[in-house]
Amino acid sequence: MAMHPARKQRLFVVFLIVLGAATAVGLASFALRENINLFYPPADIVAGKAPVDKRIRAGGMVLEGSVKRDPNSLRVNFVVTDRIAEVPVVYTGILPDLFDEGQGVVATGKLDLTGVFQASEILAKHDENYMPPEVQSALETAKATTTKPTLEQTANSVSSQSSIQL
Amino acid sequence: MIPEYGHFALILALCLALLQSVLPVLGVWRSNSALMASSRSLAVGQFVFIALSFAVLTHLFLIDDFSVVVVASHSNSQLPWFYKFSAVWGNHEGSLLLWVLILALWSLAVALFSRQLPLDMLARVLAVMGMISVGFLLFSLLTSNPFARHLPSSPADGADLNPLLQDPGLIIHPPMLYVGYVGFSVAFAFAIAALSSGKLDAAWARWSRPWTNIAWAFLTLGIALGSWWAYYELGWGGWWFWDPVENASFMPWLAGTALIHSLAVTEKRGVFKSWTVLLAIFAFSLSLLGTFLVRSGVLTSVHSFAADPERGLFILAFLILVVGSSLTLYAFRAPTVASKSHYHWSSREMLLLVNNVIFLAATLTVLFGTLFPLVMDGLKLGKYSVGPPYFNAVFVPLMALLMVFMGIGPSANWKKTRTDNLKKPLWVALAASVLVGLLLPLIYGNADYNIWAAVAVCFSAWLVITALFNLKEKLRNSPSLGYGFARLGRAYYGMLAAHLGFAACVIGVCLTSQYSQEQDLRMAPGDSLELAGYRFQFQGVRNITGPNFIGSEGIITVSRENTVLTTLYPQKRRYNAQQGQIMTEAAIDNGLWRDLYVALGEPLGSGAWAVRVHYKPFVRWMWLGALLMGFGAALAAVDKRYRAKVRAKVTASSHAALVAQ
Repeated sequence: MAMHPARKQRLFVVFLIVLGAATAVGLASFALRENINLFYPPADIVAGKAPVDKRIRAGGMVLEGSVKRDPNSLRVNFVVTDRIAEVPVVYTGILPDLFDEGQGVVATGKLDLTGVFQASEILAKHDENYMPPEVQSALETAKATTTKPTLEQTANSVSSQSSIQL
Repeated sequence: MIPEYGHFALILALCLALLQSVLPVLGVWRSNSALMASSRSLAVGQFVFIALSFAVLTHLFLIDDFSVVVVASHSNSQLPWFYKFSAVWGNHEGSLLLWVLILALWSLAVALFSRQLPLDMLARVLAVMGMISVGFLLFSLLTSNPFARHLPSSPADGADLNPLLQDPGLIIHPPMLYVGYVGFSVAFAFAIAALSSGKLDAAWARWSRPWTNIAWAFLTLGIALGSWWAYYELGWGGWWFWDPVENASFMPWLAGTALIHSLAVTEKRGVFKSWTVLLAIFAFSLSLLGTFLVRSGVLTSVHSFAADPERGLFILAFLILVVGSSLTLYAFRAPTVASKSHYHWSSREMLLLVNNVIFLAATLTVLFGTLFPLVMDGLKLGKYSVGPPYFNAVFVPLMALLMVFMGIGPSANWKKTRTDNLKKPLWVALAASVLVGLLLPLIYGNADYNIWAAVAVCFSAWLVITALFNLKEKLRNSPSLGYGFARLGRAYYGMLAAHLGFAACVIGVCLTSQYSQEQDLRMAPGDSLELAGYRFQFQGVRNITGPNFIGSEGIITVSRENTVLTTLYPQKRRYNAQQGQIMTEAAIDNGLWRDLYVALGEPLGSGAWAVRVHYKPFVRWMWLGALLMGFGAALAAVDKRYRAKVRAKVTASSHAALVAQ
């Protein structure tokens, strides 16, 4: 019972710090389990590697000519592509300033059973020169895999390659 | 030739910085007071040359010298002069020069305002600051020379400043933030100086306390300015995103908050000494980590201008060197430090320790969430993003816990609290704050009772009521009220202001989050929308022409109960340079109790536009609260009683030194 006061005090301090650290670790791991979103490029989504009905991020280039607006609401449909595969995206709301066809985007949302990506948030880049890093690397990976067979293949043959890929 | 003069001045500054990091140390070693005193003039000289270099770069921006690479790529002849001015730090090279300039400014301030500091201590402190300066000047000169030229052929006009950065808030946000960020280098230098001298007593805490407070005040204001800027400039009404770059400035703030509280204990009671030193090292290391994250290109955001692996590697190496060497020094010196006094579990020391543990836990969870995606990506384990839900889930409970103790702390006594005096007021405060918390959503909220708003109000009321009780207790024994108020020092009022500011901040953050209403909709001319009792009528758009942009301006009249309150003019701009970048300028009707926020989306044909309308109650409270916190910290730093004490103590110790000699 009669613990030395200095030792008792030190024990208490150590106990407090351990308690604080444990709280932080506990909170962090609890929060992390629910709240991290993995990024999937279109090729992986079409190949069925992405989970359905779970919050994920998807991104790529907005396919030229694919942006369609609903005339009576803020609903918009478009297609993102990594030049291998294409994923249709639906979003209702105001698009960021730098959203445009042929530009990179990253969308957060859920993939539904029909293979449509239901976006709840669309991020575009901060300026003209900036490409979201995920999109950058997805495009580079895609380029690497598609140019492997022959180096002469051009962008025009992307669609035929994507059928080979799938 | 002018750019080369700037470059030359920077090189001279590097030479002086080298001398500043060597000569004073030699002086201390050889007990040569002339060499020790040289630190002061070297700091002044270094500041002069860096300021000269900075002035040259500013001049080059103002006269549109597009032969200089950074001017050509970040400015434009059409840019208004004040944005040309702020474009100086709207790029990697220039912002680094600003970093170095502010470091030199802090060194100058230490050299000028530390007359009461013992000479050997001053020499050590300035030598450490000189070493940091050498690192950053080398970084600037070797990897990011702001004076590099486009020769022989230079472009006819510049590529323009990113329109997001063309904003008055951005003229002052980076300097404020840097003054705070870099200011922790002073606390760090004092800590290293104390460690290396072996005189790790309460005196160093007393010396470094006002510096740390001022740095913390600026960091607080800088972060608040950044948040305010994001709110009105990014066009969607958000004010904090838990973006890695925001976290980069927030982590030093959290560690710095722990530090200013820990310094109080070390100064007043002489305990937690080695812990405080560690915190000072930690806070500055996080500032460096923030610089690394923002400047290396490992993160991409509006803040990171360059993705250059060489630069990243340089800062990373510097970071490892600084952290490694200071921790090594700490490992050798700290075990010799022992605290002599004891404190009870109910003491103020213990409550401040709880503050430190909570802030440290908060720093570590933010650090973890910020670095997790980088580490996973580096290990090729996938591209993750850790979003706001993670940070909110860890941060909100920690802050709630903090507020419980924050109410008790100032009323507790050092060593051991006389709990019988404290029990009654605390129970009364608890009952009163629960009552206020429960009642406010009933009066304020319209339809459904918001339990989270009740909790937030309850916690903030707890802080306010306990602060008032504390003030009343302090005034109890004074003969007259006026005398009582006058007797309480600036440090006390500073603490009070900062704590009340925190309460205001919590009110702002929580009530805005809970009670905001927003709607994105399609509006044709003549359409109107009812939101939170306000009627927004879209009158259409008109064309506008600015100095370096053209655009459309929406006209939206806001009325309440058939009285027109105001007309808002949100804009959509297309900047002439930068391949016609589009920017949203939100229109805000601001007030203490609520903001009305309107932004244009995109044109949807036949005169209709996508329009974003927000009703944001109490949103200003968070920035006003931050202002109050910063003011409180600055007030505490200029406490009179405290300066007098330092002087007395120093005279005593220098007498002692004389006697010893």
